[in-house]
Amino acid sequence: MERLPGWIRQHLAAIRALLVLTVVLGIAYPLAVTGVAQALLNDQANGSPVRKDGAVVGSSLIGQSFTGKDGAPIRKYFQSRPSAAGNGYDPTASGASNLGPENVLDMLAVPGAKNAKGEPDTGKRSLLTEVCARSRAVGELEGVSGARPYCTDDGVGAVLKVFPAVGTPTRVVSANQACPATPFVAEYQGVKVECAKPGEDLAAGRTVPVQGTAPAVVPADAVTASGSGLDPHISVAYAELQAPRVAKERGIPLERVRRLIADNTTGRALGFMGEPAVNVLTLNLALDKG
Amino acid sequence: MSPTVAGIVFIASLVVALAIVHRPLGDYMYRVYTGTRHLAVERVIYRVIGVRPDSGQRWTVYARSVLAFSAVSILFLYAFQRLQDKLFLSLGFGPVPDHIAWNTAVSFVTNTNWQAYSGESTMGHLVQMAGLAVQNFVSAAVGMAVAIALVRGFARKATDDLGNFWVDLVRGSIRILLPLAFVGALVLVAGGLIQNFADPHTVATLAGGNQTITGGPVASQEIIKEMGNNGGGFYNANSAHPFENATSWTNWVEIFAILMLPFSLPRTFGRMVGDKRQGYAIVAIMGVLALASVSVLTWLELSHNGTVPQAIGAAMEGKEARFGVANSGTFAAATTLTSTGAVNSFHDSYTALGGMITMFNMMLGEVAPGGVGSGLYGMLVLAVITVFVAGLMVGRTPEYLGKKIGSREIKLASLYFLTTPALVLIGTALAMASPEQRASMLNGGAHGLSEVLYAFTSASNNNGSAFAGLTVNTPWYDTALGLCMAFGRFLPMVFVLGLAGSLARQSPIPASAGTLPTHRPQFVGMVVGVTIILVGLTFLPALALGPLAEGIH
Repeated sequence: MERLPGWIRQHLAAIRALLVLTVVLGIAYPLAVTGVAQALLNDQANGSPVRKDGAVVGSSLIGQSFTGKDGAPIRKYFQSRPSAAGNGYDPTASGASNLGPENVLDMLAVPGAKNAKGEPDTGKRSLLTEVCARSRAVGELEGVSGARPYCTDDGVGAVLKVFPAVGTPTRVVSANQACPATPFVAEYQGVKVECAKPGEDLAAGRTVPVQGTAPAVVPADAVTASGSGLDPHISVAYAELQAPRVAKERGIPLERVRRLIADNTTGRALGFMGEPAVNVLTLNLALDKG
Repeated sequence: MSPTVAGIVFIASLVVALAIVHRPLGDYMYRVYTGTRHLAVERVIYRVIGVRPDSGQRWTVYARSVLAFSAVSILFLYAFQRLQDKLFLSLGFGPVPDHIAWNTAVSFVTNTNWQAYSGESTMGHLVQMAGLAVQNFVSAAVGMAVAIALVRGFARKATDDLGNFWVDLVRGSIRILLPLAFVGALVLVAGGLIQNFADPHTVATLAGGNQTITGGPVASQEIIKEMGNNGGGFYNANSAHPFENATSWTNWVEIFAILMLPFSLPRTFGRMVGDKRQGYAIVAIMGVLALASVSVLTWLELSHNGTVPQAIGAAMEGKEARFGVANSGTFAAATTLTSTGAVNSFHDSYTALGGMITMFNMMLGEVAPGGVGSGLYGMLVLAVITVFVAGLMVGRTPEYLGKKIGSREIKLASLYFLTTPALVLIGTALAMASPEQRASMLNGGAHGLSEVLYAFTSASNNNGSAFAGLTVNTPWYDTALGLCMAFGRFLPMVFVLGLAGSLARQSPIPASAGTLPTHRPQFVGMVVGVTIILVGLTFLPALALGPLAEGIH
């Protein structure tokens, strides 16, 4: 050992150091934590399972979709937020949309075209259009206005492409409204607004999102995907919005639904941490239990 | 209480908690690194390793030990991932593809924890806990060891002895990180984080579908991931995942864990150089920068500028309902001001300027308070540069803590601060020059450039967070970002240890009337200025093309 060159001795020491630290920190430590956690905090350590009629139906910490096989909302259930995890609330594919704040231009589906896999082209929605479309759908489901700033009445992003990019406009296209849709404004600075021809490259134009005057009724969390895609909560405002529909669908008094919302609401921890939030799974479970 | 007021109280509560904890914790770390007694278990470990714990090392030997340990760790972790299907608890996952295994091995050994993979669909329980999580401990301990070696350079006189790397590594792991992690892990389990070895199991949901509930030793990994400023999530969604961050109060605990050690180390520094005021000055610099950053970032997110945030009515895309906007912003600031890189919300969907602050935090060199250890040595190098700049202004030979800052010292300090900007800007330029790499962007226009710039900033500064829309699990990005992480970690460490060696050899010169006092607010202000100017000038052009172009109309 002592006769080996210094650099070899250092590497041998490094290997042994790594192995002994792996035993202590990588095996003994997690096993010790697991032992104590399983003994003292069994429910939490095993994922806070929730049961219905004795069978585990999920975790109170992991959100679920309350939609039917066709993807349509099941009307007797409170709906969760939109999710970017797999096909929605898939814990094997957690994650966010990662779409940015100026992601406002759709790639419109070109009729008859195929994508790389040979499937029909479905285009790609921008984050703005996702938000507008969700807002419209929630509005329809709950019987309120789904209108929002920067959204058209038909539920896409209200964005104009103005040509030329600099100077007096000569041509204006409503970028997210595929022909033959009627553009959300007829004129922009005296120029007639056209609908968009799918497949046409509009990159050279100036992007002008149009705010409009409509206030939003549908809450923010109802139109956005969470970071994990597994968010078990919705805001109190979104729960309140859904309450009349659920009460009507189940034929129970609205007051009762409201009380259950309150029972399943977590306030801010210590009064200042986080935001009040309603657990959708436990709320729906409480409704099912009657 | 309005969300804004609650968000301010949240930040204030963290400040108070850190102020309370930094003294006892800093003093404890001082005793750990300066004590001469070895615990019985440590003696056993030294015997197994085959080192004499009481023999000091020159800076070259110390540096070679750091590099040897890290090189061995990278090889071990690479092999572990490639062979995971032959071992226990692999959950049926196959070997990790070679380029991802290389990237991940470098990533965890360099304390970066950049993740080109999704944990829940790539890594078995054994690789997570005995491979990745071990590096969460030891990479943090290596960072602390190098910082302590630099502090010894200031504190000792006329010696070549910087201490013994193996002792610093073992003590940092066993006496500081392990006990804190054990307690912290159980606190997190109480909040709802899981800690088991279950396979994924499928349940029938209320709506008549199926859902696969995952298992794993998550809490034990989560706490060290935050406390060691690592940031690599057990799951793809990282600390946004309810099993990694279950409630609004576990969120507070995790942010506190991120900031606890980096804000306590200046106290350790002050004790070791025998002047606590020097430690207070360093912590004040970190505190001023951190508070400014977290306030601005939280305010920008709450005011939700930009087309889509305005359409939504709140910057809620990529954020969890239980945390809300303000606390997500606070987490984002903490994770990028340190070298953590864990996320509880997705930075790619932040407002343009809010996202820029997360990037700017990393570009500062992660010094406010910075990574565990790396923050302290980064800040001390900045202090050295500041006394040099001040010395130029008045025409005196600069000195810091009684040590002359001569040509050799300032060359090493300058090299330290040129390394990361070079890696970030050259890496980004190479990626942008290639159509194939540009195709990895998820978002178009200025935001696409931000995604690439963020990736190289994060890798080179050993942060590990991402504008995660960028598709990075390609051989090119895995290789390029892996190289950035390795050079961004080890070149600065070698420069720091070289600096420590040349400082330790000096005998201190007594302070005179012309000595710049380095414990007063004036010096704090100067270092803050130097930090921002040094960074602002370097990265402003790149930021102007990315987030500034996107956020300012």
